[in-house]
Amino acid sequence: MYTQALNTAETADRDLEDAGKAAQFQARIDAEERIEPNDWMPAAYRKTLTRQISQHAHSEIVGMLPEGNWITRAPTLRRKAALLAKVQDECGHGLYLYAAAETLGSSREELVDAMLAGKAKYSSIFNYPTLTWADIGTIGWLVDGAAIMNQIPLCRCSYGPYARAMIRVCKEESFHQRQGYEIMVTLCRGSEEQKAMAQDALNRWWWPVLMMFGPPDATSQHSDTSTKWKIKRFSNDELRQKFVDATVPQAQYLGLTIPDPGMTQDADGHWRHSEIDWTEFKQVLTGNGPCNRDRMAARRKAHEEGAWVREAAASYAAKRAQRQTAQAAE
Amino acid sequence: MATPNTPLWEVFIRSRNGLAHKHVGSLHASDAIMALQAARDIYTRRGEGLSIWVVPSSAITASDPAEKGMMFEPAESKIYRHPTFYEVPDEVGHM
Amino acid sequence: MVVANIQVSETPLVIYALRRADDALILGHRLSEWCGHAPMLEEDMALSNIALDLIGQARELYTFAAKVEGRDNDEDKLAYLRDVRQYRNLLLVEQPNGDFAQTLVRQFFYSAFADLYWRAMMNSRDATLAAIAAKSEKESAYHLRHASEWIIRLGDGTEESHRRAQAAIDNLWAFTGEMFAVDDGERALIHRGIAVDPASLRGRWLATLSEVTREATLALPQNDWMQQGGRSGRHSEHLGHLLSELQSMQRTFPGLIW
Repeated sequence: MYTQALNTAETADRDLEDAGKAAQFQARIDAEERIEPNDWMPAAYRKTLTRQISQHAHSEIVGMLPEGNWITRAPTLRRKAALLAKVQDECGHGLYLYAAAETLGSSREELVDAMLAGKAKYSSIFNYPTLTWADIGTIGWLVDGAAIMNQIPLCRCSYGPYARAMIRVCKEESFHQRQGYEIMVTLCRGSEEQKAMAQDALNRWWWPVLMMFGPPDATSQHSDTSTKWKIKRFSNDELRQKFVDATVPQAQYLGLTIPDPGMTQDADGHWRHSEIDWTEFKQVLTGNGPCNRDRMAARRKAHEEGAWVREAAASYAAKRAQRQTAQAAE
Repeated sequence: MATPNTPLWEVFIRSRNGLAHKHVGSLHASDAIMALQAARDIYTRRGEGLSIWVVPSSAITASDPAEKGMMFEPAESKIYRHPTFYEVPDEVGHM
Repeated sequence: MVVANIQVSETPLVIYALRRADDALILGHRLSEWCGHAPMLEEDMALSNIALDLIGQARELYTFAAKVEGRDNDEDKLAYLRDVRQYRNLLLVEQPNGDFAQTLVRQFFYSAFADLYWRAMMNSRDATLAAIAAKSEKESAYHLRHASEWIIRLGDGTEESHRRAQAAIDNLWAFTGEMFAVDDGERALIHRGIAVDPASLRGRWLATLSEVTREATLALPQNDWMQQGGRSGRHSEHLGHLLSELQSMQRTFPGLIW
């Protein structure tokens, strides 16, 4: 999902650590206890979580860009306000998540620097362009829909600060998917041109959205430890299937066609999609998606152009503290 | 060049009159006034608050989880601090 | 061609409402351009909040204008189907974002005025305008607080931030005079107790500016030559580009529901 690039297992430093502590830690996890920042935890747990939470945070922040691309062009004032509020929420979510990651010992600045240096990943989905207004509807409907599938189980993640951040995120996000679907309903009830716009957006986003859930279980390397540590509670394929099953009837209601002629419904009612093109996924993750360069350039520009503002605030705070000390000494 | 750190603040919000301030999250700000403004803009967008406290995270002293036994277990045996420890005849009614 | 520019019956009260609505929409639109690009995440949140307040004010004022007009215009027709010459906002609010200092100085000049303006308008004889003012005043009071704190930090921050803040003040100063000008139509509304006389607010506006800039170690320009034209539709070149973006969907796909 937002952390789909976590496909290498952490090397176990555990041998060096107290085996007894490790066993106690696992016992707490198994008993569904939450782990809190100051608790002892295996170094690999800390490292995995820092990576996962910060990648999730980066995804929220980079995720502002494709939708932000339409804030100034939203077709009505009602849509403009809703879209701005939604993109702002994503910023808030990034902020909550950075704060959760910081409880593990890395500062937000370190985490952001790693992303800007290209050392940390974010979700592949945000490297696709938003070309028409229907893309905004489709992102809300499908991308947020997929995100919710992933985030609801994370509310029960073993790491307390991450779980609490996800609870807040899920609460706020409840309007996002509805906002997107409402746009799709309006388009599909509209003119032929609008309906074609909706179908075109679905055609472009469907496969990238399925890729959001990450590589198939058979090839995913990090799932074992994440599952054991109750960071991850469902496998990539399980979540993907849940999403497809929930989405197909929604597409049918809209009168749109899922761009997968090979899709079939099995005896249990599950919709089975065709093979996903994982070559495309790998290309996007390694930086060759349609918008990777633009997204990174936009984030770097904001960061660099904001440097003098952050310096001014810091400098003022230092001066003020100095004046207060001087006053107190008088 | 590494980006210099902006101080971290903890945010507490009173959601309704009569309730205590409750920890809701953290943020970064250069000073207390900016922290208060940011807390308002981040944590009360949906009418969640009537009052905000911001505290520098560095000002918080936390108990050590490793000392949990010494710190908290002794209280567990003091069952006479709880009302259910005492027996009052049923006919007396609620007390 | 299904829809070109709409016709608006420009009675004094309709124009009056449109001027305030256009101020709010154009400034809100400018601030929304920052979303995803601010110097820090906390400021992304803050600028978006202000933008949302302003867009909300615009919507109420457009709806009021449409009702007063009594034709079949509505908030979206008024926002999306008027051309540059029909827009009545201040030149100040259409100025480009520039750097963070330029955006915050623009916000500071406007909010210091809007806060006083809405507070005075709470006494309007028109109940709808009074109600819109009561809501907007609280919003503007916070916008002013937010902008003032930043002006102080930029002015009294680093050498670079001081230079940028002073440059923004010098650059935008000539657009502030327009806030206090009224035409005959508006003058009549002022006499009837419906509109606010902005000239009566100038002293307090200047006092706020002086106080904040003094603390920020910044200077207000001495020159009193002022640029005008926005209120009668003679804008800078910037507004046309802003509108071509804002209105692109309604212009490309006329008459559809979104």
